Amino acid sequence: MASFTLNINNQSHTVDVDPEMPLLWVIRDFIGLKGTKFGCGIAQCGACTVHFDGQPIRSCSYPVQGAVGKKITTIEGISENTDHPIQKAWIELQVPQCGYCQSGQIMSAAALLNHNHQPTDADIDEAMSGNICRCGTYPRIRRAIHKAADLMNDKQTA
Amino acid sequence: MEQSTNIDRRKFLRITGITGTALVLGIGFLERDKIGKVFNMSGGDGEQGFAFTPYVSIEKSGTITILNPKSEMGQGTYQSVPALIAEELGVTLDQVTVKFTSGQLNIKDQATGGSSSVNSNYLPFRTLGASAKEMLITAAAKQWNVPVGECYAEDAKVYHKPSGKSLTYGELAEPASKLEVPKKPVLKDAKDFKMLGKATPRLDIPLKVSGKARFGIDAEVPGMMYASIERCPVIGGKLVSYDDKDALKVKGVQQVVKVERVFFKNKYTGIAVVADNYWAALQGRKALKIQWDYQGFDKFNSKDYEQSLRDLSKQEGIVAHKEGDFDSNFGSAAHKVEAFYETPFVTHSPMEPMNCTADWKDGKLEIWVSSQGAEWTRDSVAEALGIPKESIHVNMQFNGGGFGRRISQDYAVEAANLSKSINKPVKLLWTREDDTEMGPFRPATFSAMKGGISGGKVVAFQHKVISPSINATISPKYDKTKADDDMMEGTGSQPYEIPNMKNTYVFSDIHLPLTWWRSVTSSTVAFPHESFIDELAVATGKDPLEFRLGMLTKPSDTKRVLTKLKEVSGWDKPLPAGKGRGIAQWVFFAGLCGHVVEVSKVKDDAVKVDKVYAVIDLGTVVNPDNVKSQVEGAIVMALTAATKDAITFEKGKTEQTNFHNNRMVRMNEVPEIEVHILADGGPVIKGVGEPGLPSLAPALCNAVYAATGKRIRKLPFDLNKIS
Repeated sequence: MASFTLNINNQSHTVDVDPEMPLLWVIRDFIGLKGTKFGCGIAQCGACTVHFDGQPIRSCSYPVQGAVGKKITTIEGISENTDHPIQKAWIELQVPQCGYCQSGQIMSAAALLNHNHQPTDADIDEAMSGNICRCGTYPRIRRAIHKAADLMNDKQTA
Repeated sequence: MEQSTNIDRRKFLRITGITGTALVLGIGFLERDKIGKVFNMSGGDGEQGFAFTPYVSIEKSGTITILNPKSEMGQGTYQSVPALIAEELGVTLDQVTVKFTSGQLNIKDQATGGSSSVNSNYLPFRTLGASAKEMLITAAAKQWNVPVGECYAEDAKVYHKPSGKSLTYGELAEPASKLEVPKKPVLKDAKDFKMLGKATPRLDIPLKVSGKARFGIDAEVPGMMYASIERCPVIGGKLVSYDDKDALKVKGVQQVVKVERVFFKNKYTGIAVVADNYWAALQGRKALKIQWDYQGFDKFNSKDYEQSLRDLSKQEGIVAHKEGDFDSNFGSAAHKVEAFYETPFVTHSPMEPMNCTADWKDGKLEIWVSSQGAEWTRDSVAEALGIPKESIHVNMQFNGGGFGRRISQDYAVEAANLSKSINKPVKLLWTREDDTEMGPFRPATFSAMKGGISGGKVVAFQHKVISPSINATISPKYDKTKADDDMMEGTGSQPYEIPNMKNTYVFSDIHLPLTWWRSVTSSTVAFPHESFIDELAVATGKDPLEFRLGMLTKPSDTKRVLTKLKEVSGWDKPLPAGKGRGIAQWVFFAGLCGHVVEVSKVKDDAVKVDKVYAVIDLGTVVNPDNVKSQVEGAIVMALTAATKDAITFEKGKTEQTNFHNNRMVRMNEVPEIEVHILADGGPVIKGVGEPGLPSLAPALCNAVYAATGKRIRKLPFDLNKIS
């Protein structure tokens, strides 16, 4: 056991855990943020995606000791009132079905749009292929990312 | 009588959490004839012999609660089922609180499957909503002393048209609760619908884009332990002994106990590591030393089993469906076609791994679970633990996918057993490896097809299914002397006008746990059936779509679907060289859908799926956008089953373990999808969740044939290695 101080959604949390414990379980069961999901445990499905300094990482395969000093963002941290352009686009296009993978999908999409304001379909394929959706919402995710990009660009020009 | 009324009332208040005087309407089901009738339950009483389901309540405070007996696993019933009541009641869904039922004994049909949630409730729930509305209007008219005909209801208020005055449903709840339920409430005309038939936003979606939706895995109970279970890697093996010394040394591990998983007639013993956090439970599990007796099941492997199915195909089989005289007409046919098709075992792999939180306290059990049915959870757990059903309270959570996997409550039984055994609340969570390796699986089915052609027409047709059986793995009373209709699903109900047919079944025993998968056996038998129809079309030299229409001279839903597909897919427009299109349809218990798939040849032995057109036939549609969503999803799931990984066995062990070797279709592999809905207001309302799946694989393989001349008869196949 060891003590780690983590910056999650701009809040400081100190936990006393096994240094090898994946960040996922720390976020979910020690900090209590349940939006980040467990899907495979081996970085194959993306359900556990969170951001380190804006970059997507798979928290199921990232030992907590490596997360110290990073600015960690989870699904709960991307907006106060479910009004991030990605969330708006996701609602408008009614993307989720079961919804279990969607926190991870949204975090991967948010990371893409952070550095690419006009992603092509190929960019979306590249950024999103690490996230599995068993319900098959991919066509809507693709449309919603384009829609979110439009919303973000409109905001910037407005 | 007085006493039992009070008990009902108390129970009911507990169910809904209602405090103030309220209008409460339920549907009573007479056990004898299962006919639902709307009842006023405001006093908590009703007629003897009826089981009451208090679906809607309106409190003085204005709170409107709708109980939803159906699970939400992505198929949209969190919106579509309450919408049936809300539409007629004259409220919007943001004016109501939707609560899942929790396994109460007086609530019927708390089970979700068979694409039936909307169609089975379409009229009863609308009637319920309309009854409540009429009572509220009558109450208002009485209060104002005006004719009922001058009043109307909208947005949870009753208005008096001439004067413009209004009363809220909350204000009317008490006087309305004292009225008789109308004998024949008037249902809305479809043209007046505000929600039904329209793309209405789902209430669960804002929760699901913000991390707020609570799935089974998210349950928290004070003092809760976490558990992971090591089960015999060879399914069917028995525990000999275990050594937990090292497991108990892992910091955080509290206990190691034996626990039983019950899957219908099968029981499997596992070793549970209980810890104060999940990671510790996993580390403890790795440190277990267990000796298993494989009971000979380590001899089981896919290669031999598949060969045994091929060998069994030589048997005549038991006749499941017969028309005319197949044998003599096939014998005398001018041209005979025969083909053998194979489909594999697959996993359901919902994104949320199996899990359940159970809290055993003083002989009562509280459960938090993602399950396809509160009553299935309740009944499975009650039976396994030998406790009364009423001692179990099931807190239904959003399901992170179901697809049939969450019908079986083996994981809830494990959690319940474990909580009872350690006398603490515990969250049991399967790993993805557990989920992939331990089953239950969709059964493999093999099919031997025969077709006789004379004078350019199909004169004889046979679909013989050779397979293990879901019913046999579930029921100890399985009758091998009868054809297993569930494993022949849909093979005898396609509307093609073929005069002589004989469909037969050959049963193959297996020790593996098997279960229903999205679209059940249609997910496997539609592929050989509709691929073989294509082979017969090729044999007659006809266009596959025209060939099908030629066997559909009478009006039928299938004929309408195929005609619509022809139009929307531009079937008659020739495709450029190197491209091909295929068509298939499938009608079965859940409904009817057809697909046209377009592929292009990218190499001699590789194709790319360009586009899928789907036409789903519904009769009546409740939420068209959600229907499209379901069909899109069914297509993606079918594409995974057709082109990704089979579940195979070697030395009794499942060879696939996680998403790296049990791959799922990903974003970059999804074709363009275009869904069309046929909803002509017919009297039969068909299902939505499953019908979009079965005909995708045959349409795809028929397209591959059109593009490459290569006939795919074994699934899965590799789009990049077609042989």
